[in-house]
Formats: sequence, C-alpha cells, structure tokens
Amino acid sequence: MTINRKDFLRTVGVLTGAASISTLNASIQHNVDLDRLGVLSDLTLCIGCRKCEFACNKSHGLPYESIDKYDDPSIMENFRRPTSTQHTVVNRYPEKGNNGLPLDVKVQCMHCEHPACASACIVGALQKDPKGPVTYDAAKCIGCRYCMVACPFQVPQYQYDNALTPILMKCDLCYDQNIKNGQLPSCVAMCPREVMVFGQRKDVLALAHERIRTHPDRYIDHVYGENEVGGTSWMYISSEPFENIDLPTLSYECPSHLTENIQHGIFKGFSGPILLFGLLGLAMKLYRKDEE
Amino acid sequence: MRQTNGINRNDLKFFTPGVIIITIFACLGIFSIIYRLIFGLGAATNLDGQYPWGIWIGIDVASGVALAAGGFTSSFIAHIMHRERYDVITRPALLTALLGYTFVAIGVMIDLGRYYWIWHPIMPSMWQGNSALFEVGMCVMLYVTVLYIEFMPIVIERFLGKVNFPGILSILNHTTEIILRIFNRFLSKSISLFIIAGVVLSCMHQSSLGTLMAIVPSKLHPLWHTPILSLLFLMSAFSVGIAMVIFESILASRSLKIPFETPVLSQYARYIPLLLWIYLFAKVLDMVSRDSYVYLQHVTLESSSFFLEMVLGVISPILILSSRRLRKKVPWLFTGAALTIFGVLLNRINVFVIGYSPPYATERYVPSIMEILVTVGLISCIILLYRFFVFHFPVHHAFKGKHYEG
Ligand code: SF4
Ligand code: SF4
Repeated sequence: MTINRKDFLRTVGVLTGAASISTLNASIQHNVDLDRLGVLSDLTLCIGCRKCEFACNKSHGLPYESIDKYDDPSIMENFRRPTSTQHTVVNRYPEKGNNGLPLDVKVQCMHCEHPACASACIVGALQKDPKGPVTYDAAKCIGCRYCMVACPFQVPQYQYDNALTPILMKCDLCYDQNIKNGQLPSCVAMCPREVMVFGQRKDVLALAHERIRTHPDRYIDHVYGENEVGGTSWMYISSEPFENIDLPTLSYECPSHLTENIQHGIFKGFSGPILLFGLLGLAMKLYRKDEE
Repeated sequence: MRQTNGINRNDLKFFTPGVIIITIFACLGIFSIIYRLIFGLGAATNLDGQYPWGIWIGIDVASGVALAAGGFTSSFIAHIMHRERYDVITRPALLTALLGYTFVAIGVMIDLGRYYWIWHPIMPSMWQGNSALFEVGMCVMLYVTVLYIEFMPIVIERFLGKVNFPGILSILNHTTEIILRIFNRFLSKSISLFIIAGVVLSCMHQSSLGTLMAIVPSKLHPLWHTPILSLLFLMSAFSVGIAMVIFESILASRSLKIPFETPVLSQYARYIPLLLWIYLFAKVLDMVSRDSYVYLQHVTLESSSFFLEMVLGVISPILILSSRRLRKKVPWLFTGAALTIFGVLLNRINVFVIGYSPPYATERYVPSIMEILVTVGLISCIILLYRFFVFHFPVHHAFKGKHYEG
C-alpha cells in the first residue's frame, strides 16, 4: 500500500468535513397534521368538582367511587399528581383565583407536539398520532421507564406493584374509545362548566387569545402550552402565573430536538460509525507499517 | 474434571476469607433479585413516579458500561496502535469487559418492568432510531457478542489439543477438536475486524449514554446538563478505561501473588493525565460558555458532589499521574487509577441520580436496602467469575494453572 501519513491526514480532513456537513443537514421530522386536535382548558371556569376524574377513571376501566363522593373537596387539601390508577387529578390553590376564590387546576398528559416521551421510548410504544394524541401500545413496552425520565411534565406513571405484567399509565385523550368514534374525550364531555374546549388546535388556540384579549382583567397574557417544549396539544389559560400553580416553567425548545439531532447527525446512513470503522482500519495498517 | 482442581503453580486456593465474604454478598444479591422477580419493582425498590431510575441504572448500567471501557481502550492500544508490549494486560482487560458487559445486561433485565421482552428492540418493527436508549441497547448487545468472539482465542488456546470430556462424552472429543480448529482458523483471519468493530461500537454507546440524559434539560442539574454531554461521556470513558486496566492489574497481581506489571502499567498510565486534561478543558469551556459555574456559589448536595467529582476524580489523578516518579511506584499508580475511576463513577451517579431532580418530588430518592444488595451482589458475582476464569483460563500470563503445562 502506498498510503503515507500525509495522505492519511488528508483523508481524515476530508472525512471529518463530510461528517460535519451531514450533521448540519440532519433535522428532525415532524409528522403532525395541520388540522390536528387540541384542548383548551380555561382554569378560571373550573370549580373543582372533580367530575372529570370520575369520568376518566370510569371510561378507562380504572377504580372509581360513586359520583357524589367526588364533591367532597377535602381530598384537595393535599397536592396530588397522576398515579398508576388515575390519569388525571384536580389540585386546588386557595385564593389564587379571581376575587379571592380558589383556583383549581386539572393536570394530565399535555400531549406534546414533539413529545419527549415518544422520542425517548426504546421500542416506539409511545407515538405522537398525526391527529394530536400521544398514544401508548402496551404490547411493545418493555418497561424501561425512560419515557418517565424524559417527560418534562412528569406525567407517565408505572405499575410498580405489578410484578409480572406492569404497564405504563397516562392519559390518551380517549383517542381509541371516544375520538375515533366522533365523541369528545370523557373529561371534556363530563365537565359541567365547559372548562375544556376540544377542537382543532389552531382553533382552540385562537379562542384562547380571543378570551385573553377581550378579558384582560380575567387572564394573564400567556397561553401555557402554546410554545412550551415546542408546543403541546393541551393548553391552559389562567388568572395566575403558571409557575404559581405548579406548571413548570419550560424552554420553548422541544427537549428531543437536541438528542434527535445528535442521533441523526451521527447515524445518518450509518456514516459516522462506518467512517470510524474505516479510519481505525487504516490506522491499524499504518501503525503496523510503523512497527516494521 | 481436570481443570477444576484449582491447584496451580502458586498453590493458591480459590477460597480465601475475602473471597468467602464476597461469595456471601453475591448470594444476598441473588436472593434480592429473586425477591424482585417475585414481588415486583415496587416491593424491592424505592422507585416511584418521580424517580423512575435509581442506582440500578445509575451504577449497574451506566457506571458498569463506563468501567468496562478497559476492554476497548486496551484493545485499541494493543491491537490498533500495535503496542504489543502491553499484551500482558490486554487479556485481563478483555475478561473484565466481558464480565462487566454481561452483568450490565443482567442489571438492565432486573430493572426492566417486562424483562422477558428485552429482545423487543431487536425487532425491526419496533426500531426507534430517535431514541438514544435504542442505540445504547443495540450497541451493547452487539458489543457483548463481539467481546465473546474476542475472548474465543483464549478459550481455544486453553482447549485446543487438550479436549478431553469425561466418560461417555469422550466420543465427542474429536468433533470438538475439529470445531475448535475451524474456529481458530476463522478467527485468526478475521479477528481484526471484530477488534475494530468493538472499538466502534464502544465509542457509539459510551457517548450515547450521555445523550440519554441530554433529553432532560429541565430535570438534570445545569452543572451536568450540556449539549456536549455525549462527548464528555466518551472522553471520560477513554480515561477510565485505561485506569481500570491499571487498577485491576494491580489488584489481580496482589491477590494472585504474581509480580506487578509495573513498567507496562506506568507507561500505560501516561495516557490518563493527557486524556483527563482534554476532558477538564472541555468541561471548563462548556461551563464558562453556559455560565453554569454560578451554581458553585452555594453549598448544595449537587455542588458538593460536583466539587468532589472534579477535585478528587479529575484534578488529583492528573497531578499524581503526571509525575514520572510517582508513576513508577505501585501505590501511587494505584491511587491515581483509583481516583480516576472514582471520578467517573461519581460522574455517572451524579448525572443519573444526584443531579436528577424531577419537578414534583417531595423527597429525594434514596436507594432501598434491596437495591443496594443487588448492586453489591452483581459486583461480587463479577469478582468471583473473574477469579474463576483466571484460575482456569490463560488470562494472566504469569499465572497459569498446572494444566497449561502439559
Ligand atoms: S406531557 Fe409527558 S407524557 Fe405527555 S406527551 Fe408530553 S412528554 Fe409525553
Ligand atoms: S417504559 Fe415502555 S413506553 Fe416508556 S420508554 Fe420504556 S418501553 Fe417505551
């Protein structure tokens, strides 16, 4: 072989250049429809009756109590989060609402536009449906729980007590049982105060801004979820800044952007690994020549 | 069976008091694993909806992979750079990597909710190229295979021409001999391919382990979260790989009562300060450019742990191993290597456990007794198996059982 050091260095230079260009070109694919769905939750309307919790558990075959039990507000003295038996919970923030009234906040999966959980999932059990909902396929899930690590809202919950067949639990926007049949998500349909508006994301987003514009005294000027982590399908408007009601302050950049760019930059057509393989092979030859 | 006599030139017994203690820990670990399999993750661990990953991922898996990096760093130096004088430590390093990665896989299985579906990521219908974890999983799987192939020559050397099954099985002697010979011919032609593949796969998943936590900018403490986390992981894997080789070699020499490989080791150790300097430079540059050093003003668990990691685990090994005089002395060599290992170990624990703060946690995650027992137990199993292999296979060139002589 006639390769010498100089040629070798030249090759390295060219190849590194090629690699960095392919890194720059790599960008992530967005697979959402323009008419994808969304929910606007107007927290100023919520009275904390927790009927949505009832409806959710009932429609998902999860344990629930008789409906009048939900009127008892004492459970709301404690801060709660979704659990492996509850996809959604309502928390009460005393005196945080307008006119000194409490502010009640229903929490559930935000159905991110670019969900970190789905980007993280090792087997693609979590998917962003082009229509909006982030769905889960228990038949694929191996239970690594990386989705729980990745979710910026700490939403997915795991059945830790199930030793043999544990699955992940999170809101699916009632996609299979309701939306596909032309019905509303159970919580949206149940709510007596019409806190939640379900429709195309762009429409409910316009509605949110409309409400803020016409009632500047009633709302703060921020639609939570419009831009957080690159946007979510579930959005909130409220009378109180969101950091005061335990909705985390998050960057407008979707967290999976960075990691997906790294992954695709290096592994586009396996160029990175193949390159490295070639370089090492070359090095092996060159060093052997040296040794002789 | 001839090879289980355990008698060798050095007349060393397999079980010493230390080994017996390690065996007890291994048994406790296995007991805890059985408990976890029967009663589930909820009963055995302190994991919950806020802290889905604990020390099993942080130590058994993430640190395990890092500390097993000795396999690819030493095979790079010995086989790709052709520094054949290091051959004496390449085999022990290979064995550690092999055992290390095997136990990483076992650790993952124990942590998976549905361990019996661990093969799912292999199925093309479930491939998920966006996921760093997918890449880590695939690379580790392939790399374990490569490691077993790289180890084959040692097995062949042990048995070629000496195949002797007891009793009726002896009719298989001839066939096995032929199979070994075919393998031997195949391997001697293709082993370089596997060696290079091993290095490539290692670089891929060592760095992707860092990408894993790059996805949580809002949960991982800014002292550790950075877009170049994968690069930092790769660089620290290089240095800890070399440190592990030195560390093990000294420990093994002591415990097997064979002479220290000091000249080779101290030459080997030269690479560590160099690599750590590069790492430190990148880390400082990154912290300055993102202003994350401001978090060092307050004394918190995070900032103290970070401080410990950098001062004890990066700066002090640089100081010790940069000195040619100290590098020649086994105790200093050992200290330097041990500190490097400590630094990387703490780094992985910081990134996966200490620096991770979920938004709604009411109290910090502390591992349960069972979690600790499993982790300690797995490490104990590795040590026992290492000892077993060293006793029965040509791993350390100065330590050979009687059966190798004829
Ligand atoms: S809120 Fe969490 S679980 Fe829901 S889609 Fe977003 S990342 Fe996934
Ligand atoms: S726990 Fe299941 S859904 Fe979550 S990332 Fe792992 S395989 Fe995917």
